[in-house]
Amino acid sequence: MRRLPLLTCLLAPVVLTACGQTSDRAAETSALRVVGPFEVHSLDPILDGEIFTRLEVAETLVTADEEGRLAPGLATSWDSSDRDTVWTFDLPADATFHDGSPVTAQAVVDSLELAAQQEASPLAGVPVRAVRAEDEQVVIELTDPYTLLPAVLTHYSAQVLAPAAYAEDGHVEEVIGTGPYRVDSVQLPAEVETVVFEDYRGERPEVEQVTFQAVSRPEQRAIMAASGQADVVFGLEPAGRERVEAADGVVMASSLQPRTILLKVNAEHPVLGDARVRRALSAALDREAMAQAVLRESELAATQLLPPSLGQWQADVEPLTHDEDEALSLFEDAGWTPGADGVLERDGEPLELTLTTYPDRPELPALATAIQASLRDVGVDLAVDVTNSSEIPAGHADGSLELGLLAKHFALVSDPLIDIDTVLAEGGGSDWGAMRWEDEDVRAALDALKSGLPEDEASRARETVVRTVQEQLPVIPVSWYRMNAAVTEDVDGFVIDPLETSWRLSSLSWS
Amino acid sequence: MAAALSVPDHRLGRVLVRRGLQAVGVALAVSAVCFWVVQRLPGDAAYRIAAGRYGYDLVDAEAAASVRAELGLDRPAWQQLGDWLLQLVQLDLGRSLVTSQPVAEELAYYLTGTLQLAAAALVVAVVVGAGLGVLAARRPGGVVDRFTTAYVASVRALPPFLLGLLLVLLLSAQLGLLPAVSSGGPRALVLPALTLGVGLSGLVATVTRSAVVEVAASEQVRFARTKGLAERRVQARHVARNAAVTIVPYLGVQAVVLVEGVVVVESLFSWQGLGHALVHAVFWRDVPMLQATALVLALLVVAVNTVVDLVGLWLDPRPRALEGVR
Repeated sequence: MRRLPLLTCLLAPVVLTACGQTSDRAAETSALRVVGPFEVHSLDPILDGEIFTRLEVAETLVTADEEGRLAPGLATSWDSSDRDTVWTFDLPADATFHDGSPVTAQAVVDSLELAAQQEASPLAGVPVRAVRAEDEQVVIELTDPYTLLPAVLTHYSAQVLAPAAYAEDGHVEEVIGTGPYRVDSVQLPAEVETVVFEDYRGERPEVEQVTFQAVSRPEQRAIMAASGQADVVFGLEPAGRERVEAADGVVMASSLQPRTILLKVNAEHPVLGDARVRRALSAALDREAMAQAVLRESELAATQLLPPSLGQWQADVEPLTHDEDEALSLFEDAGWTPGADGVLERDGEPLELTLTTYPDRPELPALATAIQASLRDVGVDLAVDVTNSSEIPAGHADGSLELGLLAKHFALVSDPLIDIDTVLAEGGGSDWGAMRWEDEDVRAALDALKSGLPEDEASRARETVVRTVQEQLPVIPVSWYRMNAAVTEDVDGFVIDPLETSWRLSSLSWS
Repeated sequence: MAAALSVPDHRLGRVLVRRGLQAVGVALAVSAVCFWVVQRLPGDAAYRIAAGRYGYDLVDAEAAASVRAELGLDRPAWQQLGDWLLQLVQLDLGRSLVTSQPVAEELAYYLTGTLQLAAAALVVAVVVGAGLGVLAARRPGGVVDRFTTAYVASVRALPPFLLGLLLVLLLSAQLGLLPAVSSGGPRALVLPALTLGVGLSGLVATVTRSAVVEVAASEQVRFARTKGLAERRVQARHVARNAAVTIVPYLGVQAVVLVEGVVVVESLFSWQGLGHALVHAVFWRDVPMLQATALVLALLVVAVNTVVDLVGLWLDPRPRALEGVR
């Protein structure tokens, strides 16, 4: 047994190291520890720029408030003239970038021009004639009226960075923004540390340091939240939420997001091209049971395309409900009758469909199997393919997709009109929206809304869009989506931004 | 000890040349096979890469077309492979298709993580496993031996992800002693290293016990005791050294298994290592990253085998010497 002391000595550092850890946050660090599933693989605004606007390192000219309304960002005010074709944005006189250089109109123009060159940026879809600097103003000239320009400028790809942030070829080497926090260190893809920017033009945040860590597994995030290893934790699964709710010293915050989980339907498919079949599929879905079982909240069952958080886009339409008899009746009208094995048949062909979805949002595969079970009850043989998310746009492009289950965010910029217009895009829909479906009335209403309408006419146009979609179901809404976060009781003032543009950490205070 | 150090230089050289040639062959074979496998994967590579770049639900046809044009994905496969091999000869691993960062830089970061984890796990495995094995071998059939047998059976029966979760629940969630994920400095290494190391320590204990029992019963050890050497000296010079001839190659194999088998543990603890990089590269069809990661893993196997050869030569030059005579 003389070897035991040797063994003890060898293991002692491990044991001592372990025992040195404490869950007392005050003893560890004064930084606010934020954890989420979002890995940061690039500093480029178009690729992973949202993390730096959420951390309030980078700012856009315009941002959105907690209600989703446009609010000043880096620009103090803005105005339009000449039928909304010339937009002027005023810059603050005393703003500086994190490297100490002054915020000039030319620096803003350079950032916006780089963003507009990126296909994936909503700015690329704006009819821009020219962007130019005039004294302390940025002027954007358009070829056509476009009332949504300020909303587009809330997108993270339009963030303004210092000239020194860019390499010669235009890619971002360092995130040098204008926000209340500056980057202290970045360890791609998992860690970003920020500290207060001393020369920030606005109010100094009370939380002086923030660490962000990407943790991919939801159960790990739940453990970190419940055991005090993180202060703000995003992306908890229902099981993780229950664990957090049972823990001391941490509370759950949540917000209904402008996001709808929906079925993308190939409207040129021999079976799905019939609106009666689409309505039958919709009627067969027991949305409340699915929402309760998967999302643990039956109120998230979708009754129309857009959630109540987008109030302007809620129409007085007959809600989508679960009605198996109605579903069977619609199938019968379309020529589908129960076969010998219970599967619906038409001309001897069974009703077999494939639903494609992806695992990046953990609720989607679970909802897909629930949809499979619901449809089996009315005789639809549905195969579920859980694969890479890109199979949905790829299947859209080559026409091979039948049904896709996806979670569509309707306010990537502050006005949902842009995303709704994309979902129901001219030419038969879009990669993450309708597929090979078009309606003249809907198109006319969306075009009119984009060019600007008085509120009463705009309201009627919005209702036309929602009502037509409800009747034709080019996409079949399944559920709405609630974003949640676990927040330590050590901080006050935490709110979830419904548009996810910022985590508003500069508004937090220590309890 | 002095005799053992006098390994002829030409023997060392022969080992190094043989392993060097093996490394070149492995590099070519792994590159070609990896490239062929990626080409055979279902799905459109441009869409997969665009999904990695812009976000899983933000990829669209324009982004995919842009990626296809930028990366020349329409070129014939042989041309793409030829370009990669040409770059490899120039020691240029290219840039990640998703992050646009140099692959060499990304690999260095992830490789460091994996080597740290593998080394720490090996230390745990050797300390716990070899320690238990030596103690068990002192009295075969005794209490310690029976305890060791039970320990080996237990840790061998536990898959790493389950052991890891148990350790997280106990040491992190319940006791709050350790971070649940790879953050917080050196402490973050303890849980993943324990998960891997404890799992491996079972086999190390078994091999060590067998080797020590066999060597302890050998004539040379009995002679050493007969001639009056102190027990500590017998253990250190005769038992440990000769048992190491068996244990070291085994540890080499375990090191290879460790390096290649950390995917689950890296994922469980969000540890930034090669396993993590490999999974993402496959998912996003990041071919240069995938090929380089597979290449590094393959070359690590060659490197570990080379080290095992050299240590074996140092511990016991006789087989090589006899081979040299032949």
